[in-house]
Amino acid sequence: MLRIVLAEDSVLLREGLVGIMERFGHQVLAGVGTADELMAAVAEHDPDIVVTDVRMPPGFSDEGLRAALRLREKNPRMPILVLSQYVQRAYAEELLDSSDGTHVGYLLKERVGNVEEFVEALQRVAAGATVVDPEVVRQLLRHRRDPLAKLTPREQEVLALMAEGQSNASVAASLHVSEGTVSKHFGSILTKLDLSLSDATNRRVLAVLAYLRG
Amino acid sequence: MVRAIRASYRAPMHSPSLWQALHQRRYLRSGWPWRCALYFLTSVPLGAALLACLLVLALAGSLLTVVLVGVPLLLTLVLAGLPVAHVERRRLRLIDPAVPLADAHQDPPRTGPAAWLRTRLQERSTWRELGYALLFGCLLWPLEAAVIGTVLGVSGGLISTPLVMATAGGGEEARVIKLWLVHSYPAAFAVALAGLLLLPLLAYPLGLLAVGRAQLTRLLLDGSSPQDDLRVRELSRSRMRLVTAFEAERRRIERDLHDGAQQRLVSLSMRLGLARLDAREEPLAELLAQAHGEAQAALVELRELIQGIHPRVLTDRGLAAAIEDIADRSPVPVDLDLDLPHRFLEAVESAVYFAVCEALANVAKHSRATRATVEARVDQGQLVVRVRDNGVGGADEADGTGLEGVADRISVLGGHLLVSSPSGGPTVFRLLVPCTPAPDRRLDAPPTR
Repeated sequence: MLRIVLAEDSVLLREGLVGIMERFGHQVLAGVGTADELMAAVAEHDPDIVVTDVRMPPGFSDEGLRAALRLREKNPRMPILVLSQYVQRAYAEELLDSSDGTHVGYLLKERVGNVEEFVEALQRVAAGATVVDPEVVRQLLRHRRDPLAKLTPREQEVLALMAEGQSNASVAASLHVSEGTVSKHFGSILTKLDLSLSDATNRRVLAVLAYLRG
Repeated sequence: MVRAIRASYRAPMHSPSLWQALHQRRYLRSGWPWRCALYFLTSVPLGAALLACLLVLALAGSLLTVVLVGVPLLLTLVLAGLPVAHVERRRLRLIDPAVPLADAHQDPPRTGPAAWLRTRLQERSTWRELGYALLFGCLLWPLEAAVIGTVLGVSGGLISTPLVMATAGGGEEARVIKLWLVHSYPAAFAVALAGLLLLPLLAYPLGLLAVGRAQLTRLLLDGSSPQDDLRVRELSRSRMRLVTAFEAERRRIERDLHDGAQQRLVSLSMRLGLARLDAREEPLAELLAQAHGEAQAALVELRELIQGIHPRVLTDRGLAAAIEDIADRSPVPVDLDLDLPHRFLEAVESAVYFAVCEALANVAKHSRATRATVEARVDQGQLVVRVRDNGVGGADEADGTGLEGVADRISVLGGHLLVSSPSGGPTVFRLLVPCTPAPDRRLDAPPTR
């Protein structure tokens, strides 16, 4: 069970999110609507993970993201999942640059519709993983560097899913292939991108992301 | 295609004009008489040289037309008014400095000599300036030579009488401006004194003639009448207001969609997701899965729609981040070289953002390019943006109204869009927009909504 502080200014969405989290047995300690309340609620409850919207009152710009970055400054290991309405590489990068880039997630808001995947991402971030929305990864992938052009479309797909922090098994399931095929693909990706193999999934993801971001 | 309207603002008058000065007692002690004299004096060599050039061009041009070499010469003759007018506008400041004459020429819609030539030949200013050049070369300068010659000749002649008497006259007689004789030094000095007294008197007709001359120059070389100026200024202001309102409206729509439809759709998708957890049996499961899929697809479409209306990153993070974002989305790989040290006014950022969008969309649609570059920097108070590709060119034929819309938005801000796209490529879009930093808008801090 995760103890969660949730910041989302739309009551409709906040209630929906609380419903989902509780449905999976997690506890929402506080559901707040502004960045200031978020800071206060985190100080009060010391949650296992913070889930926050980017755009919140009073400025309706990126207060949520800023609050997340401040929280990470105070506590570099504070797991934070940021939900954004938009694919915004800049936001994701700021988040990844906060402390060591672990224990963070950046997902498009529409992903919460896929309830099970969303809750899984939540748990992964709480456990220390890095989760980046596939759309953002796709943006990073598009033409960051020429070596990526050497990857086959299938390998790019695998890389994008890996960057989400998915295990070989879940990548295999998403692509309807065997796990062996996935590890073969990933091996060839690492070779093509000249990255060394490491067993920690997260390290792998971070390495790939760091590479993509050049 | 692109017309940049430059509002010419009238400079405030700090000093009296020549005409006003003529009515004041200080006139003789002021610099005005000297300025007038200098003006007429410089007219003479300039006019003479101009006449020579016009004659040579006309003669050589018409003689050589049979062998075609003459055609460019005649063309040069037609365009002779341009440099003449340029010099004359500057020279006019000697006797009419209060309000500098505005250059009424328009910027050509694209780079290259052909576009420049076409624009110049179609402008009324070009022909007016040619008229001025002909008038100046054939008529004005001889008259001016006569005027200044008379003034200097008469006064100089009188003043130099004692000198003439001492040298040519051998101390016995001197001929005063070839009209009458004086026979003694006292008389000669009296004549010289009269000459000295005459000088200030002559300064008045000289000033009057200069006023007339200035009016004539102004009439022929000033492209803008005061009414036009007012209208242009009022039009520019109202266009600016329209664009600002248009911008605000887009932001409002983006906000409304974000706060309304998008939230509701996310909520709907969440509920469907939850419902699917409970309804595992067919046919309900399949129906719910379909509905869920539809809701997700609608969310993706809505997200892209909102992005196109007004990108959030532009408001939050400024132009550089927003251009990086477009580059990320472009199907053609884009190299960026952005040096934008500060935020700009919202209207500037927005216009430039959509211009770069349109340029890159053009690259993707028509150019068959495999690579594009976007450069942006601030240079002498201007935001300079260049989008360049390695494609096949021909951008103007291929596009519809997109570029014109961009040009309109840029010109509202007093900027220009220049497109060079020779067939065979490459295509280069250049944007020049006057800009000032917006100090209240930090690169990393968002403004309030």
